Amino acid sequence: MTDVVIAGIGQTEVGEHWDIGLRDLAFAAIQEAVQDSGGLRPQALFAGNMLAPNLSNQAHLGALLADCAGLVGIEAVTVEAAGASGGAVLRQGYLAVASGMVDVALVIGVEKFTDKLGPDVDAALATASDSDFEAVQGITVTAQAALLMKRYMHEYQVPADGFAGFALTAHANGAGNKYAMFRKAIKAGAYAKAEMVSDPLNMFDIAPNADGAAAVILTRRDLLPKDFAHPLVKIAGSASTADTLALHDRKDMLYFEAAQLSAGKAIKQAGITLDQINFFEYHDAFSIYAALQLESVGFAIRGQGWKLAADGSIGLKGRIPSATFGGLKARGFPGGATGVYQAVEAATQLRGQAEANQIAGAKYGLIQSLGGPASTAISHILQRLN
Amino acid sequence: MEIPRHWRLKRQRYSLVGEVCPHCDYKIFPPRDVCPNCGDEAKELYTFNGKGQVYSYTTIYEAPTGFDANAPYTVAIVKLEEGPMVTAQLTDLGEQPVEIGMPVEMVTRKMRNDGDERGLIVYGYKFRKRT
Repeated sequence: MTDVVIAGIGQTEVGEHWDIGLRDLAFAAIQEAVQDSGGLRPQALFAGNMLAPNLSNQAHLGALLADCAGLVGIEAVTVEAAGASGGAVLRQGYLAVASGMVDVALVIGVEKFTDKLGPDVDAALATASDSDFEAVQGITVTAQAALLMKRYMHEYQVPADGFAGFALTAHANGAGNKYAMFRKAIKAGAYAKAEMVSDPLNMFDIAPNADGAAAVILTRRDLLPKDFAHPLVKIAGSASTADTLALHDRKDMLYFEAAQLSAGKAIKQAGITLDQINFFEYHDAFSIYAALQLESVGFAIRGQGWKLAADGSIGLKGRIPSATFGGLKARGFPGGATGVYQAVEAATQLRGQAEANQIAGAKYGLIQSLGGPASTAISHILQRLN
Repeated sequence: MEIPRHWRLKRQRYSLVGEVCPHCDYKIFPPRDVCPNCGDEAKELYTFNGKGQVYSYTTIYEAPTGFDANAPYTVAIVKLEEGPMVTAQLTDLGEQPVEIGMPVEMVTRKMRNDGDERGLIVYGYKFRKRT
């Protein structure tokens, strides 16, 4: 099989874009990615989005975005997998190009949160849980993460500020990312003083919902000229796994089995081992998710994931640098665009263009996109080609 | 208004009716006709006794739309005696603290207003401390 490569990347700043609508956010990212690819013309557009039907009363983003990008006439559909929509759409683009049916695919993730206010956003996010047996109880995704974190801290005797390292690392890395929502490091003591949201989870355990769009152009390596403008980044592994939708239906809810299975498959496809991975872009919608992903993927044993944040192992110079552009916590959580941001960021690392946040000599990156508490987990291995 | 949707779940909401697998005796809630343990068909109804204990809990201060009138409220994952876990609000707590492992029992309570002018009230299960 010929290599599927990322030929172009584009992203908007993540934040509260009161003056920019859904379609304009998407177009900005598309335009940047197409330009970055040297003007490749997509034959198919795959749109990753989680909440537009709910928050913007806008479904049918495939046609909308093809229209707005001047691409009427091509194939275009939306792909939805809650918070993993970005990972899902990357995989759809990958499958289309790898199959040989599509030569150039445009993968676009976009989310527009700020057209609705907090309680409506919370209700919309809760539609990604089990509507009949979770959301009907008035539970929010934030409260669900708090339930996980409470049990985790109980089982493993984690100190009250045990999770502080996730926010510290994220914000330190966000400082070097001009697209991040938060670009300022936080002080070591800030976590302990932060406002409690749903005990034991405080505001530094929660990634901020934000507007944003990111895009990548995928093609096959043999279709590009030898003197192509960028170092090439290959999608070396791609896998998607579903778990039970409802958290309470898991036999063991302190282990993200879908995260383990999808990462394992992607790593196997890439033909590498865990210790060859130079950095990990996890889906830290909540710090407890980051800890559970580190454990489920295999970077830490069970109950010890939080220690990788506490002891600096996930820092840029640590054993497994994570959230290297700020992660969801500091770059922001642009819903269904998040997985595409991860791909753009990983490609930037592997091209060697990460500037202050560069991981020296990075060759392999693992990116993992979650829907809900890993009810869907989608993993990709990106590889620098020489 | 979503009357049929709530109406068809009344046996689960009011009396915790799930299923038991005839092949492996696994108790299932909510019912799904396929056993999550062995994968075989499981359609035999089973009524849970409503007793369990708190597996984890937290408090919601900023409620989603439809639940504003209840806030703040405590939600829990409850492990039923027969095995399954359910997500539910805790009720009738007063000032008593909640703890992991606290014994609880199912009661029927008002869940939410459906939000339109005709005011459908959704009832369902919550759990209170068992003494």
